[in-house]
Amino acid sequence: MSLDKDTVEKIAHLARLQLNEQELQAYTDSLSQILGLIEQMNAVDTTGVAPMAHPQDTVLRLREDRIEETDQREKFQRISPATEAGLYLVPKVIE
Amino acid sequence: MIHTKTVAEQSAALRAGELSSTELTQACLERTEQHRELNAFITVDAERALAQAGVADERRTRGEAGPLTGVPIAQKDIFCTDGMLTTCGSRMLSNFTAPYDATVIRKFNEAGAVLLGKTNMDEFAMGSSNETSFFGPVKNPWQADAVPGGSSGGSAAAVTARLVPAATGTDTGGSIRQPAALCGITGLKPTYGRVSRYGMTAFASSLDQGGPMAQTAEDAALLLGVMAGFDPRDSTSMDKPVPDYVQSLNHDLKGLRIGLPEEYFGEGLNAEVATAVNAAIEVYRSLGAEVVRLSLPNSNLAVPCYYVLAPAEASSNLSRYDGVRYGYRAPEYTDLTDMYEKTRAQGFGAEVKRRIMIGTYALSAGYYDAYYLKAQKLRRLIAEDFRQAFEACDVIMGPTSPSTAFRLGEMTDDPVSMYLNDIYTIPVNLAGLPGMSIPAGFDSKGLPIGLQLIGQYFDEARLLNIAHRYQQVTDWHKRIPPGF
Repeated sequence: MSLDKDTVEKIAHLARLQLNEQELQAYTDSLSQILGLIEQMNAVDTTGVAPMAHPQDTVLRLREDRIEETDQREKFQRISPATEAGLYLVPKVIE
Repeated sequence: MIHTKTVAEQSAALRAGELSSTELTQACLERTEQHRELNAFITVDAERALAQAGVADERRTRGEAGPLTGVPIAQKDIFCTDGMLTTCGSRMLSNFTAPYDATVIRKFNEAGAVLLGKTNMDEFAMGSSNETSFFGPVKNPWQADAVPGGSSGGSAAAVTARLVPAATGTDTGGSIRQPAALCGITGLKPTYGRVSRYGMTAFASSLDQGGPMAQTAEDAALLLGVMAGFDPRDSTSMDKPVPDYVQSLNHDLKGLRIGLPEEYFGEGLNAEVATAVNAAIEVYRSLGAEVVRLSLPNSNLAVPCYYVLAPAEASSNLSRYDGVRYGYRAPEYTDLTDMYEKTRAQGFGAEVKRRIMIGTYALSAGYYDAYYLKAQKLRRLIAEDFRQAFEACDVIMGPTSPSTAFRLGEMTDDPVSMYLNDIYTIPVNLAGLPGMSIPAGFDSKGLPIGLQLIGQYFDEARLLNIAHRYQQVTDWHKRIPPGF
């Protein structure tokens, strides 16, 4: 199966990746090539096979609900591109 | 020459008081500086390393030293290290100083190991040649125009060039075993759930596993003993006791049943690699093992299956890089969406973007069943093949990689060919089994060849035993590239 440029543009937007015209063409080609590889999966009938999400098929553990973490806001925010008064700054969303 | 010694030998020298950790660390730092052309390291913090060495020396004086105390170890730059740059080979994290330690880092710290530096890698561990790193490719010490393999290429090159006696790697589709094979060292990918993934930057969470890369199986056993174990901070960590991996290294191999899957010796396998692998199996026969021919009928579907599951999980995992809380942010943008799109366009390299988009597509509305669910079903068939195979054998052997190290740039324009490098390693990750690569010869160009060993779940001790016995009667693992 091959993808068209419009689809790749849509995927790129869903993934929040800005592509220029040249990149769009290159990804349309290489993603189509990879989808060709992936579609070899269709050669096998998997009716009735249970999907496998975890190699040991374990279920997630539960833990006691108690506070273990300490407040490290300053340490964590020190590595942020932009903070102010303990808040992360992003471009204005609401006018 | 102390730098050519293994972890076990360096540990013995420290114990005997032949030298201090400070002297040993200094020697490793000098070699690392001397061989910067390999580009094996992203960060070397001499001050920090020497401080840790000083602490290790004091600890030894107090009689509290363990086997790794004072031994310099390199860490793949995917493990978060408190107060130290942790880049994952990406521009996105090129300014990221981790605010906490990964469990693996904490365990090495507690063992008293010295963190010599953080090794170069394919960006977010996506690659088989170390060419996708934002910090430039790593060179294979055996041949400067050849790739070291990937994604743990920096770790492989550092151990191969004896800049450091051992290192860590991570393996999602072959990223420990393939570079170990291409560089001629010993690498072990443990059973999924054996080593904590906490603080190990996620690529594909249901496949990622950290493990040791070393000169010998004995050293890999020493390192795995430190790395393995239950961690409540990793929801997929398995609560199972950690055996003494060193104690069982010398077990006899008489009667060992080696399974040889026909699919691992078919079309696409380089003839020189096949010859070396067959010769290694003959060595095992001489040690008392028997050979069982078998089939893993769905293994040809492993690569297509993997290129749905791994990118799908990656697209989800990498959505956290938004330029808000940490990491790179584009310098100019108009609004929030533009900020995300530019940050991610500039912060990620071409291969990472490619995989994010494949994953996004596979998970997008209307395609989930056809791709992700289908791949998860195939994953079960592939795991089931192994389960059946292990009814007839104790270990599966074959090549690690279809060829020896290829040239830098040779495959960068052809992603699908690059992906096929991992044809023999990927099925092991999908099944969640432990796998190893050990040096088993050289091709006519003088490039190393790796033998892959695949074990049953949590059978790392046996894999290490099988690898160790081979290394007792061969010397491939002792070869050092000329000039190092």
